[in-house]
Amino acid sequence: MSALSVTDISRNFEGVQALANVSFEVAPGERRLIIGPNGAGKTTLFNILAGSYAASSGRVALFGRDITHLPAYARARLGLSRTFQITNLFFRLTVLENVLLALQAGNTTASPVLRLLRQDRALLAQADALLARWELSEHAGHAAQDISYGQQRQLDILLAMAVAPKVLLLDEPTAGLSAAEVPRVKAILRSLARDTTVLMIEHDMDVAFELADRITVLHQGRLLAEGNVEAIRNNPQVTEIYLGSD
Amino acid sequence: MRAADANSSVKSRGIAALFILTVLVLAVLPDLLSTYYLGLVIEILIFALFAMSLDLLIGYTGMASLGHAAYFGVAAYAVGLLAIKLHWSVWSALPAALIIVAAVATLFGLLALRTRGSYFLMITLALSQVAWGIAFGWRSLTGGDDGLPNLPRPELAAHWSLAGDRPFYFFILLLEGAGVLLLTRLATSPFGFALRGIRESETRMQALGYDVWRYKFAAFIVAAVFAGLAGALYAYYNRFVSPDYLGVFRSAEVLLMVILGGAGTLIGPAIGAAVIVLLENLVSAYTERWLIVIGTIYILVALFAPNGIIGFIRDFRARRAKS
Ligand SMILES: Nc1ncnc2c1ncn2[C@@H]1O[C@H](COP(=O)(O)OP(=O)(O)OP(=O)(O)O)[C@@H](O)[C@H]1O
Ligand SMILES: [Mg+2]
Repeated sequence: MSALSVTDISRNFEGVQALANVSFEVAPGERRLIIGPNGAGKTTLFNILAGSYAASSGRVALFGRDITHLPAYARARLGLSRTFQITNLFFRLTVLENVLLALQAGNTTASPVLRLLRQDRALLAQADALLARWELSEHAGHAAQDISYGQQRQLDILLAMAVAPKVLLLDEPTAGLSAAEVPRVKAILRSLARDTTVLMIEHDMDVAFELADRITVLHQGRLLAEGNVEAIRNNPQVTEIYLGSD
Repeated sequence: MRAADANSSVKSRGIAALFILTVLVLAVLPDLLSTYYLGLVIEILIFALFAMSLDLLIGYTGMASLGHAAYFGVAAYAVGLLAIKLHWSVWSALPAALIIVAAVATLFGLLALRTRGSYFLMITLALSQVAWGIAFGWRSLTGGDDGLPNLPRPELAAHWSLAGDRPFYFFILLLEGAGVLLLTRLATSPFGFALRGIRESETRMQALGYDVWRYKFAAFIVAAVFAGLAGALYAYYNRFVSPDYLGVFRSAEVLLMVILGGAGTLIGPAIGAAVIVLLENLVSAYTERWLIVIGTIYILVALFAPNGIIGFIRDFRARRAKS
């Protein structure tokens, strides 16, 4: 059974056809790279998968379960997590509080009512460990709006990973990072266990080709090509749109 | 991390000490103050709880309601009618009033939470005007603009009346204290934490798996019930209920208390309530002069202390720490 199965998804925004009849399957544990020129519809695809936007038509299934009509939070609870291309944090809360909110969402150690009323001390230790791993410990007490842009981008990824997702959608995880930060994020992504399936939009081809098992290419809302790294590299149509658009 | 822990334990010990001190001071006040000033303290306590309940919506969840007096007033009318017409004791009238408020808030919340931002502001205002219209128009039940006079002071049990200033003060103090503690506890719980997350980013909360609508709905009802507790106690204190309780002026006034004190801090709105109540008694209330005072405060806060008194103090201390 596929981790994610996308069938005939279309979406238009008042005349703009952002996605047209896109279908593909992602196997459990796979690292799938989504590429395509600016405006190809990559982020729109993620928004539809995560439930932020409704599809105009088509179907999305998560491990065989139809989630097309589920709201975003319900999909998240089924194990679908995402980062945001436009950094989306709790900006006036501290970095530590950002992480705690993410951990609290995935906390199932007590009854729902008790969980709402009593702070679970164990989450604090988990948050400390995560912050240390991402080298953000010294900023734990700073407001998220006060750390550097690269650190905010990393915190965005940290939050998405903190809920221990089954399927993780990463929208340009290395965009906006300093040269020194890229290797850390790469290492963390590389070390992610195979029980998490990863879909990643990425413009940095070094990062992309290194991590990807298979690649899906979108162009003007359509699925242009799909295959392994070698096949996509040698695909003349793909080379054409990348050369043509740059 | 260890340093932060130690810091927060010093801080929480400081808060505990402050709390005990406050309780002690409040306990000896009846021996020190005349009836008039004791009345002022009672008003401050009541409006502090009212303002804190609105802060749960504005400061915590990020939902600006301009109709919060509706819940204050509905509970006041509920205890008024139950006590005067049905002779219910305080122990049945008060819980019944809170249940009625919760029911009204459920209905109003279902309507208001279909919107957000300035539309939410407008619809909460409109809904409170509906409540006001009923209180004003349904003369046979509510007495219209004459209101409900002669609400009896509550009795704890037969022959143990709270008619005296002192016992009544302690009755209010106990219930207000319980309300404030409960509300504070809720605001600092994982529930209140999630509300702050919603204030910062609803979309991120949803992406993490929080059912944002349900949290907002729960916050709306909780805030209304605490406003209702304040309103019911105000009715017992004044021994009178009128449509003013639900009016847009009251809603604007409590909003000003929150903004003046500092939204999102709980203690700030309580301070804001104290300032407004004291000023209101200095400048004789509900005259045109009072409206001018309120308007002026609003403008001054907006210009010079957009984060309220608490925000102003924080900025001041931060600046001093730097220099
Ligand atoms: N909310 C929206 N309203 C209107 N149009 C939109 C909206 N979101 C996306 N679009 C349009 O849909 C098309 C696809 O946009 P999308 O953001 O999915 O592209 P992308 O592949 O992620 O591009 P990039 O590489 O620049 O991030 C674009 O033409 C864009 O203008
Ligand atoms: Mg994009």
